[in-house]
Amino acid sequence: MTAEDRWLLPEGIEEILPPAAGRMERLRRELLDLYESWGYELVIPPLIEFLESLLTGAGNDLELQTFKLTDQLSGRMMGVRADMTPQVARIDAHLLKRSGPVRLCYMGTVLRTRADGFGGSRSPYQAGVELYGHRGHESDLEVLMLMLETLQAVGIGAVHLDLGHVAVFRALIRQAGLDREREGLLFEALQRKALPEIRQQLAVWALPMPCEQALLALAELNGGPEVLDEADLRLAAAGEDVRDALATLRRLMAALLRRWPELPVHIDLAELRGYHYHTGVLFAAYAPGQGQAVAQGGRYDEIAQVFGRARPATGFSTDLATLLRLAPAAAVTAHGIYAPSVEDAALERRVAKLRNRGERVIRALPGAEAVPETLGCDRLLVRRDGEWDVLPLPTRSAHE
Amino acid sequence: MSATLTIALSKGRIFKETLPLLAAAAIVPADDPETSRKLILDTNQPDVKLVIIRATDVPTYVQYGAADLGVAGKDVLLEHGGEGLYEPLDLNIARCRLMVAGDPNHRPRLSRPRIATKYVNTTRRWFADRGRQVEVIKLYGSMELAPLVGLADYIVDVVDTGNTLKANGLAPLEHIADISSRLIVNKAAMKMKHARIKAIMARMAAAVGV
Repeated sequence: MTAEDRWLLPEGIEEILPPAAGRMERLRRELLDLYESWGYELVIPPLIEFLESLLTGAGNDLELQTFKLTDQLSGRMMGVRADMTPQVARIDAHLLKRSGPVRLCYMGTVLRTRADGFGGSRSPYQAGVELYGHRGHESDLEVLMLMLETLQAVGIGAVHLDLGHVAVFRALIRQAGLDREREGLLFEALQRKALPEIRQQLAVWALPMPCEQALLALAELNGGPEVLDEADLRLAAAGEDVRDALATLRRLMAALLRRWPELPVHIDLAELRGYHYHTGVLFAAYAPGQGQAVAQGGRYDEIAQVFGRARPATGFSTDLATLLRLAPAAAVTAHGIYAPSVEDAALERRVAKLRNRGERVIRALPGAEAVPETLGCDRLLVRRDGEWDVLPLPTRSAHE
Repeated sequence: MSATLTIALSKGRIFKETLPLLAAAAIVPADDPETSRKLILDTNQPDVKLVIIRATDVPTYVQYGAADLGVAGKDVLLEHGGEGLYEPLDLNIARCRLMVAGDPNHRPRLSRPRIATKYVNTTRRWFADRGRQVEVIKLYGSMELAPLVGLADYIVDVVDTGNTLKANGLAPLEHIADISSRLIVNKAAMKMKHARIKAIMARMAAAVGV
């Protein structure tokens, strides 16, 4: 690194400057209040912990994404969190040990070895909620609604919801008796909806006709809510697990549309994001102008098994920096009072009082008189008849 | 990603062979990219635009949603990895083969043959899958020259007629993949504009005869 590029940050590592940083913090507080009002308690997991606990269960997908280093004290490998979900699951399963539903929320920076997605950030500011201890679609619905409320709070309009269910693919694979390798091949092709490859692959494997038909149908079962009806027909021969999954999606969608009747819902039965740890419903929110999901979540009932206590679990997470980029630009209005640099007890009292009331008061510094407007001030503290009064800034002519 | 539907295409063979398929979906460009200097072409449909870019850039534009749809060769998709994209339709156009080629009588002097290619990832993966360690040299064009001047032992490139190889005393040696162009779709676009995209897909599929 030469002297000229000492200011350079590593690729994908961001800092947030005013005024965006202020907006981000306000958004953070607003969301924490929102989650609090739904009964979600805040947890603050550590930035770094032993690799095994970070990568257990949910974590295997995260292995490549995690920065690793050696702990000088124990000689063990540690990882910087790349996702807070496994940490929160550990906290619920091992530390809280409460019976019954537990609602937790979290916010913090995570670090990723590779930028995923557009914008290319390797240090997203993750925010999310998790609901443990309930198996039905009602808990999925609660988390889903909170995800929509989150996007609404940010001011992101025209959100599109994508719904899926990993049990459909899983049950069809089991029925067809595909081994791990074939499952992997099919999974990979389904992620790309690469129909030509799927057709070719299935023809080579010579599966029983109903299995082949069902797996082929999966890649095409995406579209509006009517897809569920189509799935009932095309997956009619599939077992009870598939029927249960479809019924769950139907109930979830009906309940959701009662509360958000205008919401565009897209069904995709081949959506398998996080397939290795998700066990049920999957959902993601998309916003116009963004080529990737802006918030996502789903059910992952088995993840806490490794911490000694399997718990039903569902949750969502998002990146606040992404949300902020998509949020409509707030009109910036100057609010502030410029106070002169005069030694005066009455002035001190007045300034303290104004600040107490929540006003923003900026004191002039001797020898460094500033233009109040550039500091975002719209008023002045002026002494009149021995009293300190707040007056609007004198309007300046355009020439000054 | 607004209400406009943007389709990314590359100039040349893919553009020419995609035109009839777009026409089947009632999309006709207003300009010819070979003569026009415009990078964004209007079509007969006011809310459908075409962007004309380099073939290797098509997956990138579509992955990040700068274009909703695109047409890209399977060679380009293999190299890109296809991450974040759907590739639901084989358009059966711009067909060729991805091959290892070289002088059939050449014996590499080193234990690690040097392979010149622009398909760096595909080449590394294909040889590794066969348990062969190779040294990959990234070139941007005129691959056939590399073995002639001793820069590489073999090349990996798309082969159509094989005439360029033959003219330079080279021959196709090993077959890596059959190549044709695919319709690719941005994931978010597929979810947010599924009705329009599926309609276009269906009409193109009918024209291809799938």
